[in-house]
Amino acid sequence: MSMNRRDFLKTAAAGGGMLLASQAVPVGAAMPKELPPEAIGMLYDATLCIGCKSCMVNCKKYNSVSRGALSSEQNIATPPYEFSTPEKIWDDPHDLSGKTLNIIKVVKNGTAVNKDAAENGYSFVKQHCLHCITPACVSACPVAALQKDPKNGVVFYLENRCIGCRYCQLACPFRIPKYEFEKASPQVRKCQLCHHRYEEGKFSACCEFCPTGASIFGKVVDLRSEAQKRLTLKPGSEYDFPVQTVGSKEKSRRIVSKYINHVYGMKEAGGTQYLLLAGVPFELLGFDKNISEQVLNDLTWTYISKIPAVIATILIGGAATWAITKGRHKDKEE
Amino acid sequence: MNNKEIKMMTPMTIFLIAVMAAGGVVAIYRLIFGLGASTNLNDIWPWGFWIGFDVLGGVAMAAGGFVIAGTVYILNWKKYKPIVRPAILNAFFGYALAATSIFFDIGQSFRIWHPMVMWQVNSIMFIVAIHVVLYTTTLAVEASPMILEKLRMTGAYRFVNKIMAPIVLFGVLLSTLHQSSLGAVYLIIPSKLSPLWYSSRLPYLFLVSAVMLALSMVSFETILSSRIFRHKVPFDVITGLAKGSLVVAALYFVLKVWDLASGPGIGAAFTGGFSANMYLLEMVVGVVMPLILLSMAKFRTALNSIFAVNILVIVGIVLNRLNVGIFGLAEYAGRLGADYFPSLMELILTAAMIAFAFFGFKVSAKYLNLFPGTEH
Repeated sequence: MSMNRRDFLKTAAAGGGMLLASQAVPVGAAMPKELPPEAIGMLYDATLCIGCKSCMVNCKKYNSVSRGALSSEQNIATPPYEFSTPEKIWDDPHDLSGKTLNIIKVVKNGTAVNKDAAENGYSFVKQHCLHCITPACVSACPVAALQKDPKNGVVFYLENRCIGCRYCQLACPFRIPKYEFEKASPQVRKCQLCHHRYEEGKFSACCEFCPTGASIFGKVVDLRSEAQKRLTLKPGSEYDFPVQTVGSKEKSRRIVSKYINHVYGMKEAGGTQYLLLAGVPFELLGFDKNISEQVLNDLTWTYISKIPAVIATILIGGAATWAITKGRHKDKEE
Repeated sequence: MNNKEIKMMTPMTIFLIAVMAAGGVVAIYRLIFGLGASTNLNDIWPWGFWIGFDVLGGVAMAAGGFVIAGTVYILNWKKYKPIVRPAILNAFFGYALAATSIFFDIGQSFRIWHPMVMWQVNSIMFIVAIHVVLYTTTLAVEASPMILEKLRMTGAYRFVNKIMAPIVLFGVLLSTLHQSSLGAVYLIIPSKLSPLWYSSRLPYLFLVSAVMLALSMVSFETILSSRIFRHKVPFDVITGLAKGSLVVAALYFVLKVWDLASGPGIGAAFTGGFSANMYLLEMVVGVVMPLILLSMAKFRTALNSIFAVNILVIVGIVLNRLNVGIFGLAEYAGRLGADYFPSLMELILTAAMIAFAFFGFKVSAKYLNLFPGTEH
């Protein structure tokens, strides 16, 4: 080794400087945890849902178009129906998939006679992307193929960026992103809140075609207050439930059911823009009880934010060690 | 130079080439027909054997590169110089294989370069991707003197040797971050990974266990290659590595026990369930048995027992990576009714990667001066 101490320190400092400069971006770049200013979302009230699956049919139909969340040459020709019987009578997916972005499931207990009751009852539940305020999938994506609209908060997907690493699938606590494993050139598929329809003045197809107002679209602040209000209603009394959108003039007068005193999505995983109300505990409806109020991005950010300090420590400490031990080694050899 | 002791056309070489050929067929099939046709991956098991073994295990097994290079060039501990070249070469193969596996694992293989230009600094996967590229490049530079010497490019050889210390330091930095960030990948799934493995200390645990594995891996391959290629390695190098293993194993054991105690509690490892048993297996094989054996001087100073300990550590730490990457998610996936076992094609491609590493190492040992300063 013919290099002297000064050369070494110069080279190490240059390398370190380059790395530190490249790390300048992330400092303070942690993802926002506040609801975006014009955040839009959805409220699903399981007590109003009759399980007609109109939302599923129309989700598939209106997303199998150019710029839709199921867009592909093949899907535009024929929406990606999933048949579970050889007769292929109707689209009957059993879970979310690369072909199904929205699903109505029924959860039963015992004799299953009472609607929206945990014991000897049943409840519907509508599963799709919850559009987290700080989405784990957006945090996890190495190429920003999943992004959150800074204004309306929709979590959307840019297929041309995606490398197909599927870290979004691992990261999402709600198991929402699905992958087209069967394709040679696959994409991630998930609900994008029909953001391709806003330009035409339209909104999410599932809400537009929900006949009972079980799914309503609107600003998250309005949806939150509507949900909170419903929790204060007296079971058995009558209430005018808005249909399609939270501010809709069209109402559906119905008898108020007994709710579980919880709006799902207010705080889960740091809060979501899809909110749910139900008559049975959400754990029974398939929401993992291990999902806490923890903002998941914080867990990885804790690590990433330490990287500049690690770089500095190793370069300085390493150079110092080298300088000190170099002498020791010389003594030994000479 | 051409090491005449090493015969190329042996049944072993032919076997390795056959496995590589089978892997090549699988690779082409995978690219044409997609992941669904070639793997058993699904929406609940988005990651499988290629990530759990090839990437997590492969990168951990490659840690010898930075540990030994750092010892020789930064700590200036020249005693270990005879093993620095094989250690670097081994790391280079490890990383090349991990990168190859990632290429076939991602759904859009030909966009593998995207992270380099589409930075997303909140993503651990981005951090991991950057480090794979930078460190593989650094390893190529660290390994280049062997090639330059062979090609008699004296000027370039001298230049690389001159800047070796800062390059090695850069490599140590990248490795530290890369080994730990592979643990950090799992920080975002507290609701999915079993509490036996999920911990905010995952990055530290990955780093310390990688160093532990590094010492055993280097020792293992030194003993093995000295037998196969018939050259002598200073015995004090092997015993020195064993002493190092003892220190790191003790540290790792304390960290693991502390982590378990402050997480789900020590009792969680003794519930008799599948996850608990996998945890115990990993700890007994990879940490407890090596610790007991290495703590006894008569085993710590005998070649055969050191070799046995090396195998225990390699199996145990690789099992740890499989536990974090695969088995630790089994309970969660089981609740959802999804099962995963690697397909034949997944196994063949991985076998081909391993065959390539052995083959490449053999070719290097024959044509390059891989063990300078050792007698034949």
